[in-house]
Amino acid sequence: MPTPASAFTRRRILGQTAAGLALPWLGAAAGAQADAPLTRHIPSSGEALPVVGLGSWITFNVGGDEAARAACVEVVRAFFAAGGRMIDSSPMYGSSQPTIGFALARLGRPAALFSAEKVWIGDAARGPAQMEASRAYWGVARFDLMQVHNLLSWQQHLPRLFEMKAAGQLRYVGITTSEGRRHADIEQVMRTQPIDFVQFSYNLLDREAEQRLLPLAQERGIGVIVNRPFREGALLKQLSRHRLPGWAAEIDCAYWAQVALKFVVSHPAVTCAIPATSQVAHLRQNMAAARGRMPDAALRSRMARDVAAL
Amino acid sequence: MSTSWTDWLSYRPSDFLMFAPRLYWRLFESLNLAFWPLQVGIVLAGVAWLGWAWRDGVRPGRTAARAGLAALALGWAFTAWAFLWQRLAPIHWLAGDIAPLFLLQAAALLALALHGAVQGHRDRLRCAAGLALLLWALLLHPLLAGLAGRPWVQAELTGLASDPTAIATLGLLLQLRGPRWPMRALWIVPLAWCLLSAATLWTMGSAQGWVLCAALLLAGWAGRRG
Repeated sequence: MPTPASAFTRRRILGQTAAGLALPWLGAAAGAQADAPLTRHIPSSGEALPVVGLGSWITFNVGGDEAARAACVEVVRAFFAAGGRMIDSSPMYGSSQPTIGFALARLGRPAALFSAEKVWIGDAARGPAQMEASRAYWGVARFDLMQVHNLLSWQQHLPRLFEMKAAGQLRYVGITTSEGRRHADIEQVMRTQPIDFVQFSYNLLDREAEQRLLPLAQERGIGVIVNRPFREGALLKQLSRHRLPGWAAEIDCAYWAQVALKFVVSHPAVTCAIPATSQVAHLRQNMAAARGRMPDAALRSRMARDVAAL
Repeated sequence: MSTSWTDWLSYRPSDFLMFAPRLYWRLFESLNLAFWPLQVGIVLAGVAWLGWAWRDGVRPGRTAARAGLAALALGWAFTAWAFLWQRLAPIHWLAGDIAPLFLLQAAALLALALHGAVQGHRDRLRCAAGLALLLWALLLHPLLAGLAGRPWVQAELTGLASDPTAIATLGLLLQLRGPRWPMRALWIVPLAWCLLSAATLWTMGSAQGWVLCAALLLAGWAGRRG
């Protein structure tokens, strides 16, 4: 049955299943149950990952504050309940690692977990000890993904990470930066090293990655993890002063957070965004961005243009 | 392709703020609940000491000065252990490195108290500035939590929390004269802490950073009077 012309009056709007049919990069969710989150394939393996993950910068650094730690457990519980998989952390994030480990233990170590960690130490000889300490904090047998944090001593760390991957001690290797720093260096690593993932900042206002890094990731078959999709909350604080535009409803967004996340994860090169939160309500809003209709390229341009003009 | 100084210049103060402000303020709540009613004793002892030290004018006598130095030494040591090591270090990777400096400051203050070669400073204006800082640290700084709309249980007290302890120390040092270089060395840690804490508070969006800034300016101005 031919599609009625009227259906294309909102052709910029892509339903989740339609996205799976029309856009291969959104295809992992096709055929899945209707309430499952949208997934993307990891280019190097084909493994499907939900497009919204969970970051832990600041929000999970709660030290010995029992009430805050209990709140983090509830956030992680809601994350898995909403179909989430990737949790990302770093030795740089204070007590975030033990907090994640505490939450995972309390939740019976959910099998869906995709653990993403980082090695962050200038003296590469101490890298293995740091990674082992991180593993002990998380309480996992091995990490799914180990990334070199902020390119620190990457020349020394990466060979070891590739060896660990070959030995089955890791599943994926990556490298990270944030807030637009050292994109030229990241680009060189992407061109010369067989990494599985690259992580950098990308959001409605910080779009430099669209010029080179995102196309290069597609070209080289590298998965992309997007950090700071909300500019650490500053973007949402800025946007909260304005009403949602009319097009937000067309992509099933009830909150600015969902607008910001749908903009990020609808880029064809993006594998997963990792917003951080300490509140279950916000977590649920974020996870809802992995569901429903997604913006097409034309609407993505309009979203960026409209938000920049606010 | 190593990290260069230009890379570090691309960082902003907020990049180093690795905890949420509400978590920071709750550290003081935890501290106060753990050591209640020590706070009452600290305030009463502080007021009693002020009355004793200034019964003869705006500068403390020698014995009162030594007692004040010893009390602050205890405060720095306690703050290093109870605040920096036990509470701040889990959420701030610099705190564990700073705690030994607090202990060093405590040891230096104690050494000067035991050595005894201190007496009240002759400059009345300098002593008055010192008294103002001491009064602020002991009696007014604890009120900031409530005035800022935070729970009163999050009050910061001299001897328990680092900011009022540093301000009180600057106040006492303004009041005293003694061996030149040891006295000068005692300024380093409180001044550095006030700077670091002011930057942290500003980054957190707290106007309380201005309090430390004002304390630094007053101490710097009065300290230059000799």
